Amino acid sequence: MKKYTDSGKKDTRSGFGAGLLEAGRRDSRVLALTADLKGSVKMDAFAAEFPERFVQCGIAESNMVGVAAGLAITGKVPFIGSFAEFVTGRVYDQLRQEVAYGHTNVKIASSHAGITLGEDGATHQTMEDIALMRALPGMAVVVPCDYNQTKNATIAAAAYEGPVYLRFGRPSVPNFTPEDEAFEIGKAYLLNEGCDITIAACGHLVWEALQAAEALEAEGIRADVINFATIKPLDEQALLASVKKTGCCVVAEEHNMAGGLGEAVSGVLAAGHPAPVEFVNGADRFGQSGTPAELMQAYSLNADAIVKAAHKAIGRK
Amino acid sequence: MSDIIKLQEIASQVRRDIVRMVCKAKSGHPGGSLGITDVMTALYFDEMQHNPQNWERSGKGQDMFVLSAGHLAPVYYSVLARSGYFPKEELGTLRRFGSRLQGHPCVTDHLPGVFKPSGSLGQGLSVAAGMALGKKLENDAHRVYVLCGDGESEEGQIWEAAMWAPHHKLDNLIAFTDWNGQQIDGPTETITGINDLSDKWLAFGWDVIEADGHDFESILQAFELAHAANGKPKMILFKTEMGHGVDFMAGTHKWHGKAPSEDECNRALAQLKETLGDF
Repeated sequence: MKKYTDSGKKDTRSGFGAGLLEAGRRDSRVLALTADLKGSVKMDAFAAEFPERFVQCGIAESNMVGVAAGLAITGKVPFIGSFAEFVTGRVYDQLRQEVAYGHTNVKIASSHAGITLGEDGATHQTMEDIALMRALPGMAVVVPCDYNQTKNATIAAAAYEGPVYLRFGRPSVPNFTPEDEAFEIGKAYLLNEGCDITIAACGHLVWEALQAAEALEAEGIRADVINFATIKPLDEQALLASVKKTGCCVVAEEHNMAGGLGEAVSGVLAAGHPAPVEFVNGADRFGQSGTPAELMQAYSLNADAIVKAAHKAIGRK
Repeated sequence: MSDIIKLQEIASQVRRDIVRMVCKAKSGHPGGSLGITDVMTALYFDEMQHNPQNWERSGKGQDMFVLSAGHLAPVYYSVLARSGYFPKEELGTLRRFGSRLQGHPCVTDHLPGVFKPSGSLGQGLSVAAGMALGKKLENDAHRVYVLCGDGESEEGQIWEAAMWAPHHKLDNLIAFTDWNGQQIDGPTETITGINDLSDKWLAFGWDVIEADGHDFESILQAFELAHAANGKPKMILFKTEMGHGVDFMAGTHKWHGKAPSEDECNRALAQLKETLGDF
């Protein structure tokens, strides 16, 4: 199995901050907007280097979306940053009308996504955001897996023409993708090649998928591990090619079952190559307070759960 | 005075357009459109610096207008067509399948003159504020105008934008409220009291101007006052009458979202002079 090394744990939101700064240096149209969470969403460095291109919106997310749409109409490339729940569920109608239907070039920087936000509890832990954003016509949905990839995905989002939902998180997680790998929106990244099962994952679950593949390999089960860093548009070709080879699939994500990567993958397979699929996700529950590690364990979002699901999927072949 | 007579003639034609469009479509919102016709006519035919033949969505080097209350689409489409953004014949396609003139404005089919979709209320002021900031960042001295309804001011987002725009000193932002005192379910005071609009906007740090939305001298004077480069966004409260210009539609919310029958349409047209040729 291909070896992946953790170069040192880092939070993906810091990857966003680094990517935003780089995107800002490359393109003067790039702006950063936040709703009183500049530090939390790692916009400090950008704001320090480009004070006139940083726009503080205060605790008024709806207005922030509108302001961003207006700026985009005049030719700017605004990134709006807040906690995932507050830049999706709270402003769904604004995103729908002014960004998706309005075809504005707004980038949604969605931090602290999923259950690993941790101690703040369920009001702040959205597990539904991917579903909401996938449902918007024309919205690209990007969920990178580590610091490096989040940085590179941010740079790619700035250069992409059209609205992008960019989801990342708060906890420090292994950093293992190449430092300067150009990110391509719409491309799935094949991290390991096997022939017995496909493990499709996104975000924090990609590292867990690699750990699971290692454990499976010890049992003689060889897994394709695919990082679906873009959920929409989904790289259907990569998925179908893999499952045609392996005959079954596990999908792992830090999200509700409804509307996430699991359903996206299932939809493609149902139409293109029906095969057994098992799911590792947050089911249909809200989160709760706890450390990220405690919560990942409690909600079965880890390598162990992926291994179990893999056995089940293989058993159904 | 001749300028004002010209505006009155255009407004009469715009009102004919509104009644005929909505009658033909058999659905739509004639009341509010008729009420804000004089203001929109003054805006598009006197106040704004715009070039309909050379329109682009970025609005660079031109004034920009945002319709926040999207159901006022009929008057919007009429002044756009009559200004030369698209052929007036297209007005007859309002609300039809395949038309660029959707029930509420959109940008999907690139209808010239339309910068953003509207329909879900309360959002246009924020977008206009973003455009105004965009112009400031680009050192573009042109202005951004936005029309909100008085009933629409019940939306919370209006007040988020109300607080934000003065903070950013957007004196190139000229908002106006169609203060007709009516909304779908009845007079605004009976729904949620939004009285004292003037005090509210003043308290949020805006320059507030009150004007008679059916008197062109008053309308043009209000726009003139709104040009002050004093670091404050402007809110013009135009007192209007819903359904103005058609006696049986005037002063009531009952024609908010109702199309006239053929007979009613003819009765209305008899009160409105055809000045520029019907579509």
